[in-house]
Amino acid sequence: MTNHWIDIGNSDCILIMGSNAAENHPISFKWVTKAMENGAKLISVDPRFTKTSARADIYAPLRSGTDIAFLGGMIKYILDNDLIHKDYVVEYTNAPHLINEGYKFEDGLFSGYDKAKRRYDKSTWQYQLDEKGIPKEDKSLQHPNCVYQLLKKHYSRYDLDTVSQITGTPKEDLLKVYETYAATGQTGKAGTVMYAMGWTQHTIGTQNIRTMAIIQLLLGNMGISGGGINALRGESNVQGSTDHALLFHLWPGYLKIPGASDVDLKTYNEKYTPKTNDPLSANWWGNYPKYSTSLLKSFYGENATKENDFGYSWLPKIDDGGNYSWLVLFDEMYKGTIKGFFAWGQNPACSGANAGKVRKAMENLDWMVNVNLFDNETGSFWRGPGVDPSKVKTEVFLLPCAASMEKEGSITNSGRWSQWRYKAVDPPGEATPDSDIMNALYFRLKNLYEKEGGALPEAITKLKWDYGTPEKVDVHIIAKEINGYDLTTGKLLPSFPALKDDGTTSSGCWIFCASYTEAGNLAARRGKSDPLGTGLYPEWSWCWPLNRRIIYNRASVDINGNPWDKAHPVIVWNESTGKWEGDVPDGGFPPMVNKEKTKYPFIMTTEGRARIFGMGLADGPFPEHYEPLECPIEKNLLSSQRISPAIKLWNLPEVGTELDKAASCDPRFPIVATTYRVTEHWQTGVMTRHLPWLVELQPQNFVEMSLELAELKGISNGDKCIVNSARGQVEAVAIVTGRFKPFLIAGQTIHQVGLPWCYGWFTPPDGGDNSNLLTPTIGDANTMIPESKAFMVNVEKKD
Amino acid sequence: MDSKITRRSFLKLSGATALGVAVGGLGFDLLPIEAHAEELRKNLKSAKESTTICPYCAVGCGAIVHQSGGKVINIEGDPDHPINMGSLCSKGSSLYQLANNEDRLTQVMYRAPYSDKWEYKSWDWALDKIASNIKATRDATFTATNEKGQVVNRTTAIASVGSAAMDNEECWLYQKFLRGLGLTYIEHQARI
Repeated sequence: MTNHWIDIGNSDCILIMGSNAAENHPISFKWVTKAMENGAKLISVDPRFTKTSARADIYAPLRSGTDIAFLGGMIKYILDNDLIHKDYVVEYTNAPHLINEGYKFEDGLFSGYDKAKRRYDKSTWQYQLDEKGIPKEDKSLQHPNCVYQLLKKHYSRYDLDTVSQITGTPKEDLLKVYETYAATGQTGKAGTVMYAMGWTQHTIGTQNIRTMAIIQLLLGNMGISGGGINALRGESNVQGSTDHALLFHLWPGYLKIPGASDVDLKTYNEKYTPKTNDPLSANWWGNYPKYSTSLLKSFYGENATKENDFGYSWLPKIDDGGNYSWLVLFDEMYKGTIKGFFAWGQNPACSGANAGKVRKAMENLDWMVNVNLFDNETGSFWRGPGVDPSKVKTEVFLLPCAASMEKEGSITNSGRWSQWRYKAVDPPGEATPDSDIMNALYFRLKNLYEKEGGALPEAITKLKWDYGTPEKVDVHIIAKEINGYDLTTGKLLPSFPALKDDGTTSSGCWIFCASYTEAGNLAARRGKSDPLGTGLYPEWSWCWPLNRRIIYNRASVDINGNPWDKAHPVIVWNESTGKWEGDVPDGGFPPMVNKEKTKYPFIMTTEGRARIFGMGLADGPFPEHYEPLECPIEKNLLSSQRISPAIKLWNLPEVGTELDKAASCDPRFPIVATTYRVTEHWQTGVMTRHLPWLVELQPQNFVEMSLELAELKGISNGDKCIVNSARGQVEAVAIVTGRFKPFLIAGQTIHQVGLPWCYGWFTPPDGGDNSNLLTPTIGDANTMIPESKAFMVNVEKKD
Repeated sequence: MDSKITRRSFLKLSGATALGVAVGGLGFDLLPIEAHAEELRKNLKSAKESTTICPYCAVGCGAIVHQSGGKVINIEGDPDHPINMGSLCSKGSSLYQLANNEDRLTQVMYRAPYSDKWEYKSWDWALDKIASNIKATRDATFTATNEKGQVVNRTTAIASVGSAAMDNEECWLYQKFLRGLGLTYIEHQARI
């Protein structure tokens, strides 16, 4: 979230799309309701009429996977009716920037496409530069090659008729949503969006979010109170686990994973440290070497010296452009190249797309370590449905860990608040905190490598590892390590501007530098002051970066430093003190009117402006609608490219496997399907399916379908059904409901069904298996997040 | 808070939902709830309180844990928490049952190759065996340089997934451990 949960209460219009917040983030509705009590409008856009829709002022249905068409139509509506927040757009976004003359978009393809590689050469997706190397601009927004005009041209095709035919949304509903949301472009009005996996789990997931980001920028909704782009993250610390880089492509604090051609630290830093010639750009990533060097000091401590490049070479490098993400990982496991596997607090046998392939892949492992609170479908894969244990060679270690109230530590919520929690009781039996398990393993490996040698022992033995004893970790020491030290004084650093690139500072994750300082553990704070009366609560817990509660907040004021919205200010410039008051500003630079000392507000981009034109994306600088890999119509109504031209395809010879089947426009699978959660179960259900109260409330897998589809299929409410796709099948109880309605798509009637993905064969009895047995092996062009939210199935009553 | 009234109304509610569950073919037993209510009534006043944050979704709701005699006897919403102000959803309200749950793993379990059952093992045995497995796989598959002769110092034969359910300090320590071993296949819930 760029903003935070309480701030939703300050909004004038809330769009919930790609999320069912009332069901999956129930307490967020406290703040949605508060906004509505103050007159805010709530819009729910969803294939199904959900609990969120039931509370909304406007509900609009859409077919799964057509969000870009829906929102592209909104961009066209905003531009056609000139509803943009013009001062904001001109001053704070790249709308006035001129783009390279070679940039083109024709029939679904951007310039630079390489059909054989399914990849773009992005050299024409660049700014035109002046003689000083600064991007050229036309603040009148009239130049035919400025971003604003290119945007207008791009979305001119997204007219109401076309959009409605793609999405299945009635035109009057589209108009109602567009008109209501676009009204937040008025100065002093705020619109926000709450999205979740309904936007990310698509081949065009990143661009779904970018489409909304463009809308937010056109309406001046970024950086302001009650605005922003708000991802409702699904796990209590998935924000923190992302910040701390439990992902192949990152180092902690969103630093890049080094590639093989980054032969030393200097080469690595040079590649990832952007440069600007514009004195008005803060170019914050210009500090990159300070963060990477301080990270290496936290990895290798005193063993990281200038002479040995701070231990840079000891850490693993990926092949340049290599992809080691989820789908690739399980593909390699299936092919047998992965021998050892940790499933640490995760249940991929149910959470992985095409779960049948994931389960089969595990049979090829030599060993698996599964750490969890409960036995589950992953740890027990060798005794799952259809598996003969006598044929499975894998050694499995199932290790019992502590639950959240049985240990101490911090977790980071969706609003980036790092909140400390305390140990109340000991874990049951021999269960122990995860940190003690990894610590114990580390010391055993260290001893083994010191005694026996082996492959590059230094990478392990030289790690700085002084977080308690070999038996017991003190998490406060780790929390301090994450914050970082001045190594010349041994004192904790106050904040990341103090970090250096010469090895005299350490920080395990630069964005957390300021969380645990000489002033103490700020995540444990419980202060309730609210100086602006807008719910910032700056003394409650701690928020990255620098306790800034709303990021990009210097865009919440005009060029003179006056808040666009006087009733809900985020920061205010005090002329007499020469300082900002309110939230921690995005860089303390004075207002834009002070041309000597100011900097543009979007400090994380090289040009200092927010990007309506995004040159960094894999699949195009403007979002374009493409159909899901599996869809019910032969042709994309907007271009000749049915599916995203930049996604990696798996159902090709010598790429995927016989289990990576897909079936689009296949009469065997005529029904669109999507997956979702229920309030009572969490993710694959490992932490809820063993709780009697919750199982009582939601005992088994179900499939929701319209009255019309049920009639067509001869299915009644409560019937047991088989839902199958090209990859697998699940049993589910029919819920026949008016919440789903057939769509009219390009003149055809298209049905959609939905299933939760919270169940598994392990428990409860008769609960049904996981719906990810149905989902396809295909990922987003940018992130490789699997497309679990739009695929094709068939449903039949079980005999 | 008048916990008696709360418990009583809860029991009524439970009775009502039991009918629905019976249709689904599952058993239902009120006894554990009655026992819990009784324990709560006796011990809540003398219980020790500590604060926690809900481990389910990422709203980050605050809760209060009551413990007595080394056992969690109640968990409820923290009224001082500015986000949830005392409210919890059905999952957060059930947290007590996560702390007190007979299905929780309490011992190390091991499944030998081709075996059809779990065996209980000691931590020492398991940790030694896991460490030696890691070392054997790592040493046999470690790649110091790639085909182009560039230093890569990695193993692609060990992979890890998880964990958004761990604390920040644990996530950070875990990635340090894995990167120290030379893993490139490091993924978790955020990718899916």
